[in-house]
Parts: sequence; structure tokens; C-alpha cells
Amino acid sequence: MNNTSTLKPGHIQGETGIWEMVIGLEIHAQISSKSKLFSGASASFGSEANRNVSLVDAAMPGMLPVINEFCVEQAVKTGLALNAKINNVSVFDRKNYFYADLPQGYQISQFTKPIVGEGEIIVDLDDEEQTIIGIERLHLEQDAGKSLHDQHPTKSYIDLNRTGVALMEIVSKPDIRSPQEAGAYVKKIRSILRYIGACDGNMEEGSLRADCNVSVRKSGEEFGTRCEIKNLNSIRFIIQAIQSEAERQVDILEEGGTIDQETRLFDTSTGETRSMRSKEDAHDYRYFPDPDLLPLEFTESWVQDIKESLPELPDSLKKRLVKDFGITSYDASILVEEKDYVDFYQQAANGRDGKLTANWMITELFGALKKDNLSFSESPITSENLGELISLISNGTISGKIAKEVFSEMMKSKKSPSEIVKEKGLEQVSDDSEILKLIDQVISDNKDKVNEYLSGKDKLFGFFVGQVMKLSQGKANPGVVNKLLKEKLK
Amino acid sequence: MPNKDTIVDVPTVNKIARLCRLDIPEVNKESLTNDLNNILGFVAQLDEVDTSNVEPLASVTGHKLPLRSDDVNDGNIEDLVLKNAPESSSGFFVVPKVIE
Repeated sequence: MNNTSTLKPGHIQGETGIWEMVIGLEIHAQISSKSKLFSGASASFGSEANRNVSLVDAAMPGMLPVINEFCVEQAVKTGLALNAKINNVSVFDRKNYFYADLPQGYQISQFTKPIVGEGEIIVDLDDEEQTIIGIERLHLEQDAGKSLHDQHPTKSYIDLNRTGVALMEIVSKPDIRSPQEAGAYVKKIRSILRYIGACDGNMEEGSLRADCNVSVRKSGEEFGTRCEIKNLNSIRFIIQAIQSEAERQVDILEEGGTIDQETRLFDTSTGETRSMRSKEDAHDYRYFPDPDLLPLEFTESWVQDIKESLPELPDSLKKRLVKDFGITSYDASILVEEKDYVDFYQQAANGRDGKLTANWMITELFGALKKDNLSFSESPITSENLGELISLISNGTISGKIAKEVFSEMMKSKKSPSEIVKEKGLEQVSDDSEILKLIDQVISDNKDKVNEYLSGKDKLFGFFVGQVMKLSQGKANPGVVNKLLKEKLK
Repeated sequence: MPNKDTIVDVPTVNKIARLCRLDIPEVNKESLTNDLNNILGFVAQLDEVDTSNVEPLASVTGHKLPLRSDDVNDGNIEDLVLKNAPESSSGFFVVPKVIE
């Protein structure tokens, strides 16, 4: 496949023309509850095997599920944050299948009447572009247990700690047109979930994972047959898996073949998808309403109360940062990705130069944390100290160059910038007489260059500025140096 | 929804049995097929009633779905949970190898 560089993201150049991807995502988000969806066992991660299992989770005969109110509230909250329709009556169904880590023989889920219906979100793409992705539905369901296949040559080991943990499945409409858009969509959903506290969004621990439905078509044609790639747990893998799956489908179609609708797995070592040995009838789940659970009903006023308690969400915060601090919409979209970033930024930039603060935070602080392999919460630099550094630059106490030196010292010692400036004597020199002394020295050291300059070689002016700055060890105020040099060399 | 036209045949019985992991002896399949058709035919009489303006009824008692608060008050009973397992090891259930 040549000429890929000129293709739009999500387009594939084939022998017969350009193909377009059609992508829909199902995101499984673990609700940040203390206990499970239908039992009082702990939902925490990383306990001893089968420690967090009640007799309900183990599907002992006679046990009855009782729903967790907090989980219902999180689903409604998320629905509201996704601008979606809240269904005040919804129904739980049994999704029947057999697997060793599913003791009930069915998963309690919602099929025909989910708790949340259609909605939409704004997704930020690169270069300041945005697109709207539709939400099809959101429903509540139970997670399954965990099977370990590598402990024994002929046996599988089963841990039911995760069995019955509350999940929200968020289903998008097939509105996504490129792997990059899919990545940006997951990022946005994750960000929203973290803002409202419904899910911690931790993809490494599996709190957020996605199934991707991918098909290809020629522009303007009907949707093609889709394949579902299961259980992707990083944004990078989502992007890779979709690209490779779409390319596979194009190759098959161009050779005159047809796509089998099937479930596939992404092999992270090869970067390709492969067919899960698809069991016959695997998709015949024989859903029916769970007779153990009445329909879930709540009042409109309860929904309104939740709506009023929602925090300010990323889209609105982004607009506010642009308006209040005069920063670019791109910088604002980076800062609103995490609630912690915005809080930090607002504290640091309060009453100061917003653009300068954004630059220092995004370029210097994020860069330094990445280099030192630190998470944002581990930052040695507090919002107060970054703000103070911005003030020192803005009021001329230190130059931008010295500020970088102070910054790296702040990363190491956690000291405040004014302390460092004082200790190391880094204050910018703006005093005329101090700077004149330096200028005199530079002039006397470079008599020949001065003569060249005076006889018309204007370009040498920069050289003199550089020499004075060097002599001052970077501390001289460049504006003052410029002004005094001009007067002196007239 | 089953209706009068629903006809269960032996392949359908085979399929349902497979989905339910039931091992049905070959000799019973014919009579089971007849039984299922009779049952479905009986239930299908309900289709004769016009219910287009009737809300589905989930409960005759008028009870609402009870909700519980998000407290951890169960678990820590792995011995009890594993007690009936034919095989277990270091806190895990142990089953014949199942792999996708």
C-alpha cells in the first residue's frame, strides 16, 4: 500500500480505489463502587483468590440479587454527562452462556430496556478540530470472573473476585471513521468518567476496556460486514488493532472474498487480529427478563438532583479556560483532559500570565515528569511554586533562560523558586550602572569588533549583546542591555 | 414471541439442547419435539387477546425493586465458597482446562 502519507486517517488505498473505515465502540467501564452490583462483597482489585465472593456471586441456589443504589446513580450520572436520554424504567435480563468463570450460567445485563438511551459527545481531534460521536445506549451489567490457564498443563484456575462487579457498557453509534477518532473518543469518555467519579479509568487494571466493531466500505456505499475485536485495554492497542483489522478486510474484499462476521482477538506481539475459535451458536444468548429482579424505577426529581450535583465537565471548562486565561483551545484541551491538571493550572495561573503558565506547565512540567517517569500526582513542583516562578519571570526578577535553571532545581529539591533564586544569586540584573560596567568591559575586550561595527557592520550588534549576557552569567536583563548598548555604541 | 405457527423440529431441539448443555438421548427427541409443540401451542392462545394498549406487568404485588446502599458486608468466606468444589487449590476453583 503506497501513498499512505497522502491519505486521510481512516482511509485505505486499495487496488480498486479508496476504502473508508466504519467503527463503533463498546466501552466497558467498571463502576467505582465499594461493593458489587448485586452483592455486598468487595469490588476491590488485587485481593487473594475468591476472597471477595459472596454466596450470591458464587450462584449458590436460593440466593437473590439486590441492586446497589450507588451503581444506579453512577449510570444515571454518566448518562447525563453524555447528554443522553435517561430511562426512568429499565429492565434486567439474563444473557445465557456457559463458561467456567460464570457460575450463574448467565450474566445479568440489560437488553431491550437499558437505563440510558441515545446521547452524544464532542470529541477533540488534533489541530483544533472537533467531531460529534453519537451514543447508542448505556446499560448496567455484571463482570465475569477470571480464568488462569497457565498454572497447570491440563487445568484452569478460577478466581471469582471480579464476578458480579458492576460494569457500565457504553455503546457508540457507528459514527467513528478512523482509528485516531476512536482513540480520541475513548480518551474523552475516560476523561468524563473520571471527572464525575463514576469510574477510575485505569486501563492497565482493566477498569476501562473496549470492544471495537470494524467494517470497511467504498465512500457512500452501505456499511460492510463487521468484525468485533474484543477486550482492548489501551488506546494505543485500539488504534493499532482497528488499522490492522481494516487492512485485513480490504485485502480480502479486493481478492473477491467476503468478510465473515466474527469475534477476533488482537495479538499485541504481532500487531494483528486473529479469529477466536468461534463456537457455533456463540451469539445465541437467549435473553429473557431476570425473574429475580423487578424493573428498575426512579423518579424524575431524583434524576434532577443528580443533574444539579454534576461537576463542571471538560467541554465547558475548556471554553472557560480559553475565555478567562486567553490560552489557545489546543492548550485548553490538554489541560482539561484530567481534573487534576485543570485544578493545578487554575491555581498556578490565578492572577498571572495565563499563556505563560500554560506553556510552562504543558512543555516544561509535563516534559520533566515524563522524563523522570513520574505521574502528575508525584510532581515535585506544586501549583504554588510554578505560579511563583511565573511571577518571577513576569516581573523581571529572572530571565526565561535562568527560569529553566531554577525549574530543574525545583524538580530536584522541591524548593520554592524564590528560595533557589536567592540562594544562588540568580536575580536578573536590571540596574543601569551594573550593566554599564559589563558593557564597558566587553567594549574594551573587543576593540577591533567595535571599530568594524562603527564603520557599518550592523550585524555585530547581536554579538555584543551575547557577550554582555555571557559575562553576566545570563542574569542581565536583555532589554536593558539592548538599550544601553545602543546608546553606548552610537 | 411464540405463536401458533411456531413449529419445533428435531434440529431445533438439538440446538436448544446444545445451548443448554443437555444430553438428550436420541429416542426421546421425537416425543420431546411433540411436547414442546403442544406447550407452545397452548401458550399461543394468549395471542388471541388484544394487548396492544396494555402496559407489560412486571409484578402483581405492587412491590418496587429494593435498593441497597454501597456497603461491603459480605465475602471473606472463601472456605465456604470452595466447600462444594470437586477440586480447588490455593484458593482457586480448579476445572478441566478451558481455553478460547
